[in-house]
Amino acid sequence: MTSVEMGIPEMPAPDYPAEVRERLEADAREIIARYPDSRSALLPMLHLVQSEEGHVTRTGQRFCAELLELTTAEVNAVATFYSMYRRKASGDYQVGVCTNTLCAVMGGDAIYASLREHLGVGDGETTEDGKVTLEHVECNAACDFAPVVMVNWEFFDNQTPDSARALVDDLRAGREVAPTRGAPLCTFKETARVLAGFPDERAGAVEASGSAGHASLAGLRMAKGESAPGVVAPRGAATDEEGK
Amino acid sequence: MTTVTHDGGQDETSAHPAGGEADPQKLLTPVLSAHWDESDSYTLAGYRRHGGYRALRKALAMDPDDLIAYVKEAGLRGRGGAGFPTGMKWQFIPQGDGKPHYLVVNADESEPGTCKDIPLLFANPHSLIEGIVIACHAIRSHHAFIYLRGEVVPVLRRLHLAVREAYEAGYLGPDALGPGKGLELTVHAGAGAYICGEETALLDSLEGRRGQPRLRPPFPAVAGLYACPTVVNNVESIASVPALVDKGKDWFRSMGSEKSPGFTLYSLSGHVARPGQYEAPLGITLRQLLDMSGGMRPGHRLKFWTPGGSSTPLLTDEHLDVPLDYEGVGNAGSMLGTKALQCFDETTCVVRAVTRWTEFYAHESCGKCTPCREGTYWLVQLLRDIEAGKAGHADLDKIADIADNINGKSFCALGDGAASPIFSSLQYFRDEYEAHLAGRGCPFDPEKSTAWADGPSSAHLEVNA
Repeated sequence: MTSVEMGIPEMPAPDYPAEVRERLEADAREIIARYPDSRSALLPMLHLVQSEEGHVTRTGQRFCAELLELTTAEVNAVATFYSMYRRKASGDYQVGVCTNTLCAVMGGDAIYASLREHLGVGDGETTEDGKVTLEHVECNAACDFAPVVMVNWEFFDNQTPDSARALVDDLRAGREVAPTRGAPLCTFKETARVLAGFPDERAGAVEASGSAGHASLAGLRMAKGESAPGVVAPRGAATDEEGK
Repeated sequence: MTTVTHDGGQDETSAHPAGGEADPQKLLTPVLSAHWDESDSYTLAGYRRHGGYRALRKALAMDPDDLIAYVKEAGLRGRGGAGFPTGMKWQFIPQGDGKPHYLVVNADESEPGTCKDIPLLFANPHSLIEGIVIACHAIRSHHAFIYLRGEVVPVLRRLHLAVREAYEAGYLGPDALGPGKGLELTVHAGAGAYICGEETALLDSLEGRRGQPRLRPPFPAVAGLYACPTVVNNVESIASVPALVDKGKDWFRSMGSEKSPGFTLYSLSGHVARPGQYEAPLGITLRQLLDMSGGMRPGHRLKFWTPGGSSTPLLTDEHLDVPLDYEGVGNAGSMLGTKALQCFDETTCVVRAVTRWTEFYAHESCGKCTPCREGTYWLVQLLRDIEAGKAGHADLDKIADIADNINGKSFCALGDGAASPIFSSLQYFRDEYEAHLAGRGCPFDPEKSTAWADGPSSAHLEVNA
């Protein structure tokens, strides 16, 4: 080995234990059957191997390569392209703070800085108890709920530094946490299995948090005359208050 | 200031902020969002209670070519950003070619600011599924895919449920399109890559590869998924089809303008009093939307906004009366895009905003084309220096020059999108860039832009309580 770390896993990788291999192979066959061409199964299968070990290991890559008749290099090329595949062991809860422009401006930058300090970890790092991995994420299509924090890809809307700190404290203490939109949190591994295309069978998971979030209903409620338009701030009046 | 209306008639949008013209009950037209406030809106039962799958019966009774012509005549245009006529896209699929045809729904909603398809799929996934079955009948496809971005697990759960319900009800499966004419629908979760919203990158990704755009031609209509004829449509485009077919093209054309007919979802976000989804006829103005929804947050004024995500050139308070349709926004020098109306008030530093978007494009550039890969990288280095007041005046020309060398010079529109905020912010706010250089740093206090800057809690939570 050279001293330059390229992030390319050492091959050949060890195989899964026989019973794990058998179980994952049955799942993988089910995934492959969804597509006219087996290679299309690669992304969901990478989610699947992530559901086994919490990140995409070299064993997981070897497994995908063998089942899809690809080289491990081809699998590695794909696994390293997409940001949802973790390349190292990480926490049960992936806490992602949106720091794309709109969320950042609305407070995402402050939330992210606050969590980094509170947890004592940097970007992509995990707390010592193995519970929380902190990262900043890009726009997650919830701008009308800004600033947004995602935990295991469930929505925590309209966050503040205080609410986000309380959230990670609850996660680390093992308290049950429910998102603003989405189902009560499961672990990252369990989430990865849903992403592989295996429906979440927990009772109440699909209906949790209701049909739509409050912002999603803003226009509908107005169209039905259910909420009177608010006071219109006189536009231009704030010119005098710049830097207020 | 653009005041020309698309129909050539009297400008209805008053320049005065108050008055009856902002009556939401007249201006808004909830169609896709009409029942999102019902607790089971995302279920088959909830969807069927309001006429769901009625359009499908009507569509299946039509000849596929007649159905394509009907959607074309209705004038439905793509809601994913480009505005290409949906019926025309369907018509491009060669018929009788002996190859499988595919419909791929682009649910990779990732354009910064864009947040319409995700709430639509969360609250009303069956509108998409019904639209898919109708579209597959039209283009003679027997296998459709929904490519959903991976980072939205609550939506994935509801799609899993909705697809299972549709199979059980026979809307999907072996006889979905008639006796012996089957339709399979596969829900496919992505894995985190903005570029996969670009249709050819999406196809490569769906084939199990790195999501990198393809050179065109050939276009997907000829050689798309597995090199077979493929239609790639946005979620909202396909979800709009059932209502169009059910209520008719004349009804559809009664909304919007001649060239931009119909209804659509506008997403208000940022420093507004009431962010959210507002479904209205195409051509409504930002002024009308703000007037009816309470305007900007109290005590602040609009500084700049995007009409359709970060890839559409910024507009300012000069453009409040621009009709938000394909032609209106185009005439104002921008693009309708995804109708993601991100509104920023006077507390926001435009240099910070543009720097952050540019960091996003640099991060998400797939690396295939040199101008985009290298250009976005160098833009970030320069913009960080400018934001910190460590750059020189020549650097302002340099970022404009680099943006010019990216724009139009790569395979896909990501590079063009990266150039948009640079060009437009320099056009409207060059003095603010210069202030960073003159003052050797950013003159803005980021704390004042936060959602909690003016009060202890988030204002829109209270007004909706």
